Amino acid sequence: MEKKKEIDDRFKKFGTVSFTSLTKVNDFIDYLEEGKVMGTKCKSCGLVFFPPRADCYKCLSSDVEWFEVSGSGKLVSCSKLEYAPSGFGDDLPYSIAVLDYGDYKIFGRIASDIPEDEVRLGMEMKTIVNKLPNGQLNYIFQKA
Amino acid sequence: MGKAGIIGVGQSKFVRRYPGSIRELAFEGFKEAMQDAQISVGDIDASIICSAPEYDKQRSPSGVFAEYLGLIPQPTFYLENLCSSSSMGVRMAYSLVKSGLHEVVAVIGFQKMSEISSAESQERMGRGADIQWESPFGTMMPAYYAMFARAHMEKYGTTLDDLALVRVKAATYGQLNEKAVFRKSVTFEMFTDPESPLSGPVSSPIRVGDCCANADGSSCVIVASEEKAKAFNKEPVWILGLGAASASVNMAGRDSFTGLAVAQHAAEQAYKMAGMTSKDINVAEVHDCFTISEILAYEDLGFAMPGEGKELVKNKETYKEGSLPVNVDGGLLSKGHPIGATGGSQIRTIVLQLRGEAGEMQVKDPEIGLIHNIGGVGLYGNITILGR
Repeated sequence: MEKKKEIDDRFKKFGTVSFTSLTKVNDFIDYLEEGKVMGTKCKSCGLVFFPPRADCYKCLSSDVEWFEVSGSGKLVSCSKLEYAPSGFGDDLPYSIAVLDYGDYKIFGRIASDIPEDEVRLGMEMKTIVNKLPNGQLNYIFQKA
Repeated sequence: MGKAGIIGVGQSKFVRRYPGSIRELAFEGFKEAMQDAQISVGDIDASIICSAPEYDKQRSPSGVFAEYLGLIPQPTFYLENLCSSSSMGVRMAYSLVKSGLHEVVAVIGFQKMSEISSAESQERMGRGADIQWESPFGTMMPAYYAMFARAHMEKYGTTLDDLALVRVKAATYGQLNEKAVFRKSVTFEMFTDPESPLSGPVSSPIRVGDCCANADGSSCVIVASEEKAKAFNKEPVWILGLGAASASVNMAGRDSFTGLAVAQHAAEQAYKMAGMTSKDINVAEVHDCFTISEILAYEDLGFAMPGEGKELVKNKETYKEGSLPVNVDGGLLSKGHPIGATGGSQIRTIVLQLRGEAGEMQVKDPEIGLIHNIGGVGLYGNITILGR
């Protein structure tokens, strides 16, 4: 009997609620499991992508390699949510934010253990992998 | 090729919960525009139906509307650009008319948001962002705009009080607008009164009073060629400038959090096409989905220098009697924001202003008006310049 082809739906593990499970950059999830947050870089023209992409719009190449997000980025802006969309209520309150790493920026959440009055725009933060209570994975920003 | 102009405008009342179907809702805005244009359904040779998807059970509403409005067998199609859908619809109507393919095009915007809960609605709106990389973090529109508010406050010293003043201005005119969903007065003090619902936190620094409300509503703008307008014996309001732009959906792709690049790009195009600058504008409608959005709009449109947008409200320059009245129909903050209908409603306001038919909201003798309509979190931007 022919073996049923397995569907690679690893991406369903991303975030509190994932809205998509199929993507060519599914290895992102395996890297998260290893404690690494990764972006991609076009092997042909060198353009760097975060969030990671499978395809380069500049040179139309689909030959990309992974790189690890390392060092720290500057907090560009953030907001603490007091209401949440359906499915996220148990996470409240939480803060969304953008970090600027220079070559790329990252959208994510700020670690919930940082007191709000210690969050300053421009502060250096690092991106780390976070396991959510429901077993899902995401990444959060911690003080550098 | 002659000019293209607007010969009819209409909108339904914007309400919390429309007690009818979407085709009946669309009929309300359409009927008003047809009566305004004084033409019959056979005169319309194409229709563009504009909304944000996923609020309705009905798929492909165009055919359903065309039948209900008596617009078959003429062509009809659906156009989606989130909150700027119907401004993009007017841009499309202009190009259809200017190409000579059609002579009279009806742009019908609608949204019936009340069939789902507010949390579900926030979830759908949040999915107007990047569902692969952002939505899994639990995003919603107020939180995104709150990031712009925070960055603007940090860089330029804009304050919560400045934001409150935008809402106070909106409510001043919302009380005069019989089509608006929110017609109560709003005082500055309500924002610091813990008893007032307006002072409640939503997503820091955005409070309840800084947000526009979901609403059900429809709008209609009828665009015609110069020749047809003449044949109908109708003096149109001319479409003088159009601009449109897009941006990175993911906030990680944005260069600035103190302005919207789409508005800046689209404004530059529209001013250039009209051969004008911001100084030529006599009255404007801007996309105040949040109070901060109006301040960003002033700066992106060149009404104020970067960081100085708040001064226009403080000094009442954008009140009805000021040097450049903005949102004197109450804006989205008072009217409510039925996504697909909003652009058409903004355009209707400017058309009425330019014709001197805005009643209690009328500003003094405007000749040139501008409409700023944004889709998503500065994902899409449309600027329309109209003139008598």
